[in-house]
Amino acid sequence: MASAAPTKLYADDVSLVVVLIDTNPFFWTTSEKNSSSLSFADFISHVLPFLNAIMLLNQLNQVVLIATGVNSCEYIYDSSLPHQQSADGKMPAFYSEILTKLEQFVSKDQRLAKNDSSLTMSSLLSGSLSLALCYIQKIFRAGPLHPQPRILCLQGSPDGPEQYVGIMNAIFSAQRSMIPIDSCVLGTQNSAFLQQASHITGGIYQKPAYPDGLFQYLSAVFATDLQSRSFLRLPKPPGVDFRASCFCHKKTIDMGYICSVCLSIFCKHHKKCSTCGSNFNQSQQDASSTLDHKRKTPEA
Amino acid sequence: MSGVGLELRRRNGDESGRSGKFGGREEDEEEEEENEKGLEAWERAYADERSWESLQEDEYGLLRPIDSATLHHAQYRRRAQSYSSAVRIQKGLIRYLYVVIDLSRAAAETDFRPSRRAVVAKNVEIFIREFFDQNPLSHIGLAIIKDGVAHCLTDLGGSPESHIKALLGKLECSGDASLENALDLVHGCLCQIPTYGHREVLILYSALSTCDPGDIMETIQKCKKARIRCSVIGLSAEIYICKHLCEQTGGIYSVAMDESHLKELLLEHAPPPPAIAEFAAANLIKMGFPQRESETAVSICSCHQTAKVGGVYTCPRCKARICELPTECRICGLTLVSSPHLARSYHHLFPIDPFLEVPLNNVNQKSPKACFGCQQSLLKPGSNSIIRVACSKCKQHFCLDCDIYIHESLHNCPGCESVRSSKLGNEQ
Ligand SMILES: [Zn+2]
Ligand SMILES: [Zn+2]
Ligand SMILES: [Zn+2]
Ligand SMILES: [Zn+2]
Ligand SMILES: [Zn+2]
Repeated sequence: MASAAPTKLYADDVSLVVVLIDTNPFFWTTSEKNSSSLSFADFISHVLPFLNAIMLLNQLNQVVLIATGVNSCEYIYDSSLPHQQSADGKMPAFYSEILTKLEQFVSKDQRLAKNDSSLTMSSLLSGSLSLALCYIQKIFRAGPLHPQPRILCLQGSPDGPEQYVGIMNAIFSAQRSMIPIDSCVLGTQNSAFLQQASHITGGIYQKPAYPDGLFQYLSAVFATDLQSRSFLRLPKPPGVDFRASCFCHKKTIDMGYICSVCLSIFCKHHKKCSTCGSNFNQSQQDASSTLDHKRKTPEA
Repeated sequence: MSGVGLELRRRNGDESGRSGKFGGREEDEEEEEENEKGLEAWERAYADERSWESLQEDEYGLLRPIDSATLHHAQYRRRAQSYSSAVRIQKGLIRYLYVVIDLSRAAAETDFRPSRRAVVAKNVEIFIREFFDQNPLSHIGLAIIKDGVAHCLTDLGGSPESHIKALLGKLECSGDASLENALDLVHGCLCQIPTYGHREVLILYSALSTCDPGDIMETIQKCKKARIRCSVIGLSAEIYICKHLCEQTGGIYSVAMDESHLKELLLEHAPPPPAIAEFAAANLIKMGFPQRESETAVSICSCHQTAKVGGVYTCPRCKARICELPTECRICGLTLVSSPHLARSYHHLFPIDPFLEVPLNNVNQKSPKACFGCQQSLLKPGSNSIIRVACSKCKQHFCLDCDIYIHESLHNCPGCESVRSSKLGNEQ
């Protein structure tokens, strides 16, 4: 529908930034103990001025905040909605609104976890990405007058391999709508999902070396609009982890078996494909291994 | 290669409507177009009368068709119903396709502008890209027919760029065309592929004759036995032998009328043909998912033996450097693919069920006021609810626009993705 828009009437540098923040308590409590990384409170104190900075860069800029929890995802803040004025003049009104909403969300998210026996370390990134994409589609539908959308993931917790298909679907949909997914990873390890997301959608991937300087990274790398980005010398990504996760155990693997009928990925040899039900007989396996030899002989 | 055994039975006035081509049809058309251009916009005849009446002005002052949203939703509902009734798993078949291009004298003809060969080359390029987009892990090889013999231009491979480069470099045409030689060559190449692969040939045939050294009927039977599906797209007129070949091997024979028709016919071959599913046995193939090196890293790739900066992949088994995916590792023979390439087809495997419309009398004070996906209000200004749909698994409510986006592009239910899957009671 967005493609039907004849001309873009907004200036190129008006942005809609959908920020996804990771509220995973497992990550933030372990992070707090580590002296070199941030606590959740510090993290929020870096993020709020950044959101404020984006809105001050252009009065038409829009910010939407979505929380990525362990058991749920929720919209926290939308700068396009009418908001009440702050009582004390000390900090922008939306700070307190975000803080209250976040607090409510985190406690609700924790309550949902109570009756869950399985302990998961990952957050529901596929959920918040899907919400962000639905929101951006609404902006596209509103007609030709829309800001340039982008998504920024502030992710700390490790990837959840069980979300592989969901995240890949979201990445391809973002790519089709030309929405870049930027990622700022605060955890100790690189996120393979976000590396792929940023690589495929043309966003920026960064893992700050000094998390306590987060605001500097955010304002220097992620605050510029897409048009101005091309003039910047942005940090080069450290490579992309293209590993997949297997359908049978949801493990991240760099080598595996692919069903020739439906392209499902498995970490070890199975007799039957659990996705499409095809039977794999052993004789075929031999045939492909002889082919391997055949291909190698001319090289030798 | 002596030119014997010419097989040609041309049908005049057949269903393809090609016979008119040799008359002055082309010129007529051009003239007509010119006439049309000469007229001012208001002088031309309009296809449907009073088309301006179906327009309305929207809030931006732009003209839009009346109630396009309602129309759009109705169309989507119909589509959604047809999806759910059909079998949803699309087979991501692994195809091994030889594209044979006739570069005989006939390909230099200029009934297609600027010439048949130029038009064929341009459209084959589009086809190759589309083919790899729709058939990850499949392979294409290019062959040409020229001077009565057939050559392999490229071996079977998974990289679109190398094929396109090879094709655009070799476009001179001369001599006669030989269908038999082409089939023999392709048969030899396709017999070596693994059993799980689907063997196919797509011939773009310009000539009206074939100049064969032996009995082409035998060659056709040989292809049929080897389960090679042969399809032909003709550029001139329908030829009996081509039709016979396609009928025998289960392929499709078509004749292009003009350039856009050729493109259409060619792209019909991009999605995997359903009929070949039973031809090949299912198999598990061992594959590696290489890591992409840093954009600043300098490494020597094993495929070209040259130093490269950035964008190089590492084989997970032997750590050799490769500069292009998909490929086969030069050192250890492991098939290497990029995992996102595979993941593009996964939404076919895990489709989301259609959302169900929530009856308006079920909507009460407790129902969500906004769409779960986009936060669009589901209440009309007069506090009357507008149509909403709900996911049967997560019970979240969505607006119709999100419903369409979720099912046609995103392929994720935001509600289900925002809940731990263990809570929903069924694993994806
Ligand atoms: Zn597994
Ligand atoms: Zn399968
Ligand atoms: Zn290797
Ligand atoms: Zn919606
Ligand atoms: Zn759902």
